[in-house]
Parts: sequence; structure tokens; C-alpha cells
Amino acid sequence: MALSTVSGKQISGKPKSGAPSPRRVRRQLPTSPWLFAAPGLLITGVFILYPFVSTVINSFTDRRTLIPGRFVGLANFRELLHDDMFWIGLRNSALYVLGVVPALVILPLLLALLVQKNIPGITFFRSAFYTPVVASIVVVGLIWVWLLDERGLINSLLESIGIGRVGFLSDQWLLLLSAMAVTVWKGLGYYMIIYLAALANVPRELHEAASVDGAGAVRRFLTVTVPAVRSTMVLVGALSSVAAFKVFSEVYLMAGPSGGPAGEDTTLVMLVQRTGTGLTGRVGYASALSLVVFVVTVALMLLVLRADRREET
Amino acid sequence: MSLAEKVRPDREAPVAREPRVTDEHGRRVRVWELVLRYVLLLAVLALTVGPFVWQLSTSLKGPTEDIFSSPPKFLPSHPTLHNYKRVADTIPVWDYAFNSLKVAAANVVTNCVGSALAGYALARLRYRGRRIATLAFILAMLVPVEGIIIAQFTTMRELGLNNTLIGVVLPGCIGAMNVLLMRNAFLNLPYEIEEAAYVDGANVWQRFLRIALPSVRGTLAVVAIFAFMGAWDDFLWPLIVLSDPSKFTLTIGLNYLHGTFANDERLVAAGTVIAVAPLIALFACLQRYFFRGVGEGAVKG
Repeated sequence: MALSTVSGKQISGKPKSGAPSPRRVRRQLPTSPWLFAAPGLLITGVFILYPFVSTVINSFTDRRTLIPGRFVGLANFRELLHDDMFWIGLRNSALYVLGVVPALVILPLLLALLVQKNIPGITFFRSAFYTPVVASIVVVGLIWVWLLDERGLINSLLESIGIGRVGFLSDQWLLLLSAMAVTVWKGLGYYMIIYLAALANVPRELHEAASVDGAGAVRRFLTVTVPAVRSTMVLVGALSSVAAFKVFSEVYLMAGPSGGPAGEDTTLVMLVQRTGTGLTGRVGYASALSLVVFVVTVALMLLVLRADRREET
Repeated sequence: MSLAEKVRPDREAPVAREPRVTDEHGRRVRVWELVLRYVLLLAVLALTVGPFVWQLSTSLKGPTEDIFSSPPKFLPSHPTLHNYKRVADTIPVWDYAFNSLKVAAANVVTNCVGSALAGYALARLRYRGRRIATLAFILAMLVPVEGIIIAQFTTMRELGLNNTLIGVVLPGCIGAMNVLLMRNAFLNLPYEIEEAAYVDGANVWQRFLRIALPSVRGTLAVVAIFAFMGAWDDFLWPLIVLSDPSKFTLTIGLNYLHGTFANDERLVAAGTVIAVAPLIALFACLQRYFFRGVGEGAVKG
């Protein structure tokens, strides 16, 4: 074994010791590094980066699914400003961020505190709370459509305690609110796990010191736990706000493809999907809409991260 | 600190007779607090798992049983699999499940192979342009899929792959995030072992396959699981790319079922149970990797 490797070394003329120098690796197997990276780069290039560039280009054309477009300058963006549907979509997506993000920053943290202690059976509870994350959004959406149905479980319960039936899925605002609740419900377990990892790093001594000083549970939560997991809260805020702005499936399933009564519950991504696909799809206009989604998403991310930095200094 | 140490035994003394339940630090948990915890845990359990159970219960209720009763009946009085037979008569649900399985399996294989190869190239191999390659993956990870989905659709059309399962798989088949996850895993390995193998004459394939890859099995498992779950659960992209009902995946099929037979709740319930059961089973077996993936993914995202 030793002999053969020594001879192998001599044949390929490699250095006796030390890290391989860049040039020698390349000479030995000139194509391999690019061969390794090629499939990944090809897929990423063709299906992510090229579509991104072509989204930008298409947004300045009047391209349709079957008709190659002409350059129309900023016409799509001007149209956008006068398109009621666009403003409805933007409003709903923005409302979604405002409604969902605070809940997804706070509730999973409380949940993580609840499952943090290793009491008997706790691993079962942790796993069970994660189940909605594993399920497809379509399954989750349809489960809640049935639960919130005019004759569904929740309305049956409400009726039997004397409140009466509520049209969760027929009123424009209740529908949006219900969809938000579903998003929160599905995301709880995911962010709970993120918080659990962060809570494990909170020094126990801090809690003990605070409790010796006479701080109650609420006080300790606010003065010890929250500051210790603050950066995780910002991370969760960033992740959930980006996801919330891009909401599609929940609302699509609960409000229907056309976005509820008179399309009033349409979100921005639903509008992109409706405008740009199919044989008559207005690819150019949908690309302009997509760019708005992209810009707002990036802006949200920067906003949250910047808020974090400002608080730190 | 020393004060805290002293205080603890004093406080525990009066209730020493009660059953000892201790937390991870060996500290006693007071009984009322424990009870409160379990009450809360059960309440959250009812909220998170209850809806699935209700769906299962609805799917097992026979055609003569009232599913709209108030107060609701939580258990089917005569459990039957009749609805599962009916859903298969209404839509080709098993074909859809098979399509989903094909898409998910392909997604697992391509993601594991592709991201391990590319991740290794980014982490270990020296070549000109490596930084640009890394940057390309980072940029790709930051691009929201929803923002480019129309262009992906037109790209698919240009390639003639619309309305095929290959078209469903391709855009996500080597996720940029997975590549970066694998890159980090490889970077965290001690370089000395590979260096020693290199000195012993192992070429780059041998070092990759025999030394580096076996050491990152954990991350690879995470990539595999999330690739499976992502493909099985995906909705928006297959909805856009598939138009022929015979090619539908399970999620699109369910949406179709819901849209066409919305008033038949038992049928939709049976369909959703078919769609969710495999993933819950997978999760029950491989929880560790699911949780690990959340941590790794969040740090990257």
C-alpha cells in the first residue's frame, strides 16, 4: 500500500508535503473543478439567473406567451400605476406582512419557551407541533377551508356555544384574516425550532441572577430572554416578512383562483400568476409585476436587517 | 452566582416529599408549574394536530353520517374506507401520487449529487473563477422564485418542456441553497485528512468520494429530506407548468379535486389524507434531520 502510493506520487510528480498548490491541481486534472461545479452552475444559470435577467428585460416589452414582444419602455410600469388590481394586490400582500410577521416573531418564541424544559414526553410535543410545517400548503389550505366552512367544525362549535355562524370564507376581510391565521399556524413549528436553538445558548446564570433579584416570569422574559434572542427575532422577522409578502397558496386555495369576491383578496403573486400564465398570458406586464415583488422583497430584507443594526449601535 | 446556589436547596426543602421531576439541569420543577405546562402543551397539541385528526375523521365517515352536525361529532360512528375508493374513482389519485413520487425522487437524487459536487468544488478545489461561481450561487439563493416564475415558465416553453414532469423538476433540481449548505459542510471538515490522501496519491474523485463525502452524510441527509419535502409539497410551480390533468402531481390534483368537487367534503378529506400521510410517516422516522435542516437553512437564509 505504502509502496504503491509512493510510486504513484512519483509518477504524477506531486509535492512531497504541504497543501496542494493551485497550479498543480489544475495541471493534474485540468477539467475536474469545472466538471464538479458544472451541473449546479448550468441549472442555476438557465433556470434562476437567466429567468431573472429575462424578467427585467421582458418588463420593458409587451411580450405575450405566444407573441414575441416589442420594446415599450416604461409603458408596463405606467399601466401598473393605474391598475386597480395591482393596488389591491399590493395592499393585500402588505397587509399580510403586517398581520403575519408580529405573530410569527412572538408566538413561536413563547412556544419554544413552553417546550424548552425537558419534562417527560416533551420530544413528542415538539414533533407534534412541527407537523403542520411538514404538510403541503395545499393540504393545510384544504383542511382549513373545511374547518372554516359555513357548516364546518369551527362554525359548529361557535353555534353550539351560542355565538352563531361566521362567514370566515365569504367576507373579504375575514377571508384575508383567516388566510393569515393559516400561515401563522403552519409556520409556528418552524420558527419554534429556530428559537429553541437560540434559547439553548441563553446562559442559565442570567435567569438565576434575575430570579434571585426577585424578577417574576414576565419580567425575566422581557429582561433576560428577549435581549438574548433578539438577533434571532430579527432573523425570524426577516424570513417571515419575505415569505409573507410573497404569499400565494393560502389565499389561492381559500379565496379561489380569482381571489374571492370581486378579486378583492388577490395578492401580488396571485396577480403575477393570473396575468402571466396560460396561452394568453401577458408576459411583459407580469414581468413588471414580478419586479415589484422582487424589489419589495429585497427592500423588506434590508429594512429588517438595518433595523437590527441600528438597535445594536 | 454563589447566592443562587445557596438559595436553591432552601426553597426545595418544604416540598421534598412530592414526586421528583427535574429539568435538564437537575433542578426541581414545581408541581403546579408542571401541571400548567402540560395543560398548555395539550392545548397547543389540540390546535396543531387537531385539524389533521378532524380531516382524518371526516374522511372515514360514511355517506349516511352527518358531517355537519352541531355540536360536532369527532369520531366516525361507522369508520369506512369508502371515501378513499371514491376519490380514486373521481380523480386518478394514485397516478398523481406516483407522479409526485417520481418528481420528489428525482429532486432528491439531482439535489444530492449536484449540490455535493458543486459544494465540493466551491469548498476545496482551487481554480480561477471560483469566487464568481460562489457568487452566482449566492445571488441565485437571494432571487425569490415567485419573482421569476413567469420567466421560468417562458424558458420552459422555449425548451419544449412545458407540461412534463421533467419541467416540474428542472428549476429546483440543484438548489443554490443546497450547494451552499454542502459547501459549508465541506469547509468545516479538517483539511489535513484530504491533504494526507492527496500526498498519498489520491486523485480528486477519490478524495471526494472516499473521504469528503462520507464525512458530510448528515448534511446530505438534510438536503435529501428537504428536497423530497419541497418537491412533494410544491404548489405554485407545478400549477403553472402543468396543464394536462393526466400529468398532475398530488398537490395540483387536490386543488383540481377541491375546485371541481368542493361540496364533497369527505372526498377532499380523503385526498388530503393520502397526500399528507407519507410525509408525516417520513417525518416520524427522520425527525432529527428535519430539525437539523431548519437550523442550517435558517442560518443560511
